[in-house]
Amino acid sequence: MNVTPMVTSDPRDRGGKAQPLLRVKGLRKHFVIKRDLLGRPLSRVHAVDGIDFEVRKGETLGIVGESGCGKSTTARLLMHLLQPDGGEVIFDGDPVGTRGGLSLREMRRQMQMVFQNSYASLNPRMTIEESIAFGPQVHGVGRRESRQRARRLLDQVGLLPERFAQRYPHELSGGQRQRVNIARALALEPRLLILDEAVSALDKSVEAQVLNLLGDLKQEYGLTYLFISHDLNVVRYISDRVMVMYLGKVAEVGDSEALYRAPAHPYTRALMSAMPSLEPGRRTQTAPLAGDPPNPIDLPPGCRFCPRCPLAVDLCRASEPELAALPGGGHLSACHRAGEVQAEVSNPQPSVEESVR
Amino acid sequence: MSLTLDTAVSPMAAPPAEQGYWRSVFARLRRDPVAMIAGLILLAIVLMAIFAPWLAPQSPYSTSMLSRLQPIGSPGFPLGSDELGRDVLSRLIHGARLSLLIGVMPVINAFVIGSAIGIVAGFVGGRTNTVIMRVIDVFYAFPAVLLAIALAGALGAGLVNSLFSLTVVFIPPIARVAESVTTQVRNVDYIEAARASGARSLTIIRRHVLGNVLGPIFVYATSLISVSMILASGLSFLGLGARPPMPEWGLMLNTMRDAIYVNPWVTVLPGMMIFTVSICFNMLSDGLRSAMDVKL
Amino acid sequence: MSTYFLKRILYVVPITLAVSFFCFSLVHLSPGDPMDAVVSADAPREVVAMVERAYGFDRPLPEQFALWVSRALQGDLGLSAANGRAVTTEVFAALKNTLLLALAASLIGFTLGCTFGLLAGYWQGSLLDRLVTGFAVGGVSVPHYWLGMLLVIVFSVELNWLPSSGAGPGSSNDWAFEWAYLRHLILPAVTLSVIPMGVVTRTVRAMVAEILAHEFVEALRAKGLAEKRVFLHVVKNVAPTALAVMGLQLGYLLGGSILVETVFSWPGTGLLLNNAIFQRDLPILQGTILVLALFFVLLNLIVDLAQARLDPRIQRS
Repeated sequence: MNVTPMVTSDPRDRGGKAQPLLRVKGLRKHFVIKRDLLGRPLSRVHAVDGIDFEVRKGETLGIVGESGCGKSTTARLLMHLLQPDGGEVIFDGDPVGTRGGLSLREMRRQMQMVFQNSYASLNPRMTIEESIAFGPQVHGVGRRESRQRARRLLDQVGLLPERFAQRYPHELSGGQRQRVNIARALALEPRLLILDEAVSALDKSVEAQVLNLLGDLKQEYGLTYLFISHDLNVVRYISDRVMVMYLGKVAEVGDSEALYRAPAHPYTRALMSAMPSLEPGRRTQTAPLAGDPPNPIDLPPGCRFCPRCPLAVDLCRASEPELAALPGGGHLSACHRAGEVQAEVSNPQPSVEESVR
Repeated sequence: MSLTLDTAVSPMAAPPAEQGYWRSVFARLRRDPVAMIAGLILLAIVLMAIFAPWLAPQSPYSTSMLSRLQPIGSPGFPLGSDELGRDVLSRLIHGARLSLLIGVMPVINAFVIGSAIGIVAGFVGGRTNTVIMRVIDVFYAFPAVLLAIALAGALGAGLVNSLFSLTVVFIPPIARVAESVTTQVRNVDYIEAARASGARSLTIIRRHVLGNVLGPIFVYATSLISVSMILASGLSFLGLGARPPMPEWGLMLNTMRDAIYVNPWVTVLPGMMIFTVSICFNMLSDGLRSAMDVKL
Repeated sequence: MSTYFLKRILYVVPITLAVSFFCFSLVHLSPGDPMDAVVSADAPREVVAMVERAYGFDRPLPEQFALWVSRALQGDLGLSAANGRAVTTEVFAALKNTLLLALAASLIGFTLGCTFGLLAGYWQGSLLDRLVTGFAVGGVSVPHYWLGMLLVIVFSVELNWLPSSGAGPGSSNDWAFEWAYLRHLILPAVTLSVIPMGVVTRTVRAMVAEILAHEFVEALRAKGLAEKRVFLHVVKNVAPTALAVMGLQLGYLLGGSILVETVFSWPGTGLLLNNAIFQRDLPILQGTILVLALFFVLLNLIVDLAQARLDPRIQRS
């Protein structure tokens, strides 16, 4: 959403507008999935395989990709709910979780997360008010004060406090619960809100309402969003910039409009061609994505999109492409043939189809 | 906030008045006749134990050589007398105290200790969990009765030793259940959310884990009381628990056993009591389990 | 042979060691000097010296344990403190009788449990189901030593049909498969069978009800399949679990028979244990518990392996 935050001067702001709020370098996470009799790892899944990106102050960065591409793992790594195997997370200039940097506790005040499953992310034995007030209480805010804050936030997310504060999660609808989860995340007054498939489980009409709410809250509190979703339409609607992930790697990053207009990675293009559209003139032109993603346990040696890519050449099979800037700046793609892909999409006559068997 | 078109706050979608979890559990339990009857019988027996001195017609200890082994319905001995001429009714009433105590206490102790072990193991996870659960597994190599008898037998007869042995017997199963429910809860998003809000492990356990795991563990523990009653009285029956002349049902069963040919039906009475308590606990536990919708 | 099988078999090693350690430590758990626990006060001096050498109580604990294990591996579990006979001989003689009792009880319990469970599961909610369920709850709630006494009162005292104690005519311990001996087995075996009966009934009933509620059973029926085929299908699905439950129950009976053996003076491990407790005969106590526990470990292993063979899903979890 292209809104300029009303709140411009956050006392916690360190480096000004020019410094990214979040900078991620080489973030990695492997899961050991099989061990031998002595407990030594036999095979691993590269869930997040060294990714770099940044989130600018006040923007919404969308992350898209198929399930299993590492989107959610990335979110959990950022919150340090999972211990990264490598890489750096820098929050407003401060490295997180290292000596002399930002402590995890402090980081979690500034960065909060809304989970996909609205029901599972609320304690069934706690009232709505207790759930929202829990965070502030943990950080030393008094009982009364945090309850007041909870009620204020409930009001702010569109749930009348006098009617909802004392209810239990199972007495609420999915949309209502997700509003509670948003209120809970905001209770710590974070600067960055990670929304991990936060609206994916909701009905379309409810989804739209929650998206509007998110837009309003962003403006009101000067928030920055990291919006993770598999739904390209929603991501396009809400994001300023979009990052496409494929099997634990960044495939492409760029301004939302530019990326949707002229994708520079064959994977992005395939995703978009599978995107449902209501305009008859924009019906699918290129071939949809064929096959399944390769098994993330034994990846192909070169580009990991190779086995499914209609444009793959020998170079792609031999060496893994780096994420590199395209001419014009601001748009990065991890494809050896990025330029050609972009050119082809702008060209209404897709010659790619010939290479698709 | 401009949220005029919000179905989420429309009065139609408003759920019914808020209801606490425990209140709904008890409401469901009340509709279960079997569990209610079992509960009432147990309540009566507990009251009988509490008010034993006022209820019992005679002292449970006063012996009389003249009125030994009276049958049921004898004057002055409504339920007969034992081999030392003591009033069986009075001894049964007084026996409820000790029998309930030694039957229920081990489970309460094991509930506290086993839950603590299991919750910590389940919450911490990883290697710590594996080590704790492997040690627990060792106890599974013994059938419960054998373990209780081995410990009580080695430690020697006595109430404290019997209590201790049975506590040890029930810790492993409770710890196992506690570990498994905690592991399930630990992986639910609200724990992650709590951690994401910066809460320390102890706070998370106290505020988020306990409320969600103690219910199922409690239900499981109640299902063990029946076994515990049988075993505790069984140890006394073997002469390992209560010592004569204490009134205790298992011990009474043992001492009156020699009179089985003389006065058979009086002999049976203490066992009847153990059976009643045991089966009532089982039925109450079953009712509680379905009322709380616990799957173990 | 999959890694599951290998792992499961290897897992027996640490468990066996731990069980042995527990049994070993029983002597030290017992109050007073461990020497007093393993040898009677009036034993001749040479016996005391021999026992002292065998146990090595003056050496550090790990060494004592190693010594004890190495002797146990050679079949030497020490001498009874009460009568000076070899523990191994005593235990195995008694084990034979306990096994016989436990097997008979399992057989009765299993047969009744399966029948009841099938009936109740098939006609869920009926009067029959309620009766059977109540019976099963009774089976797991009854103090079996008391049930034994009840049976004695009815069948021995009142009706005088069956003997109330011992294992054979003239209290002979040389058991034989003759009617005179079998009569002695009936009451203890029936008494002991109520627990597995209750457990098996509950398990089978729940499983049958679950299978019948499955959609594919509806489909089978809709296809006009005879009830007999549906029944066979149910049996095929229930059998492995029922057998596994029974296998474990057999193990529990081995340990749990002590109270029933005491009631009926059945000359098995339970009676042996009971006597050992009264005479503070720690070597017998220790040896009996070790043998029974190891038997139980082995039984668990067999049940697990058999179940994994029948149901490949287990290997993956």
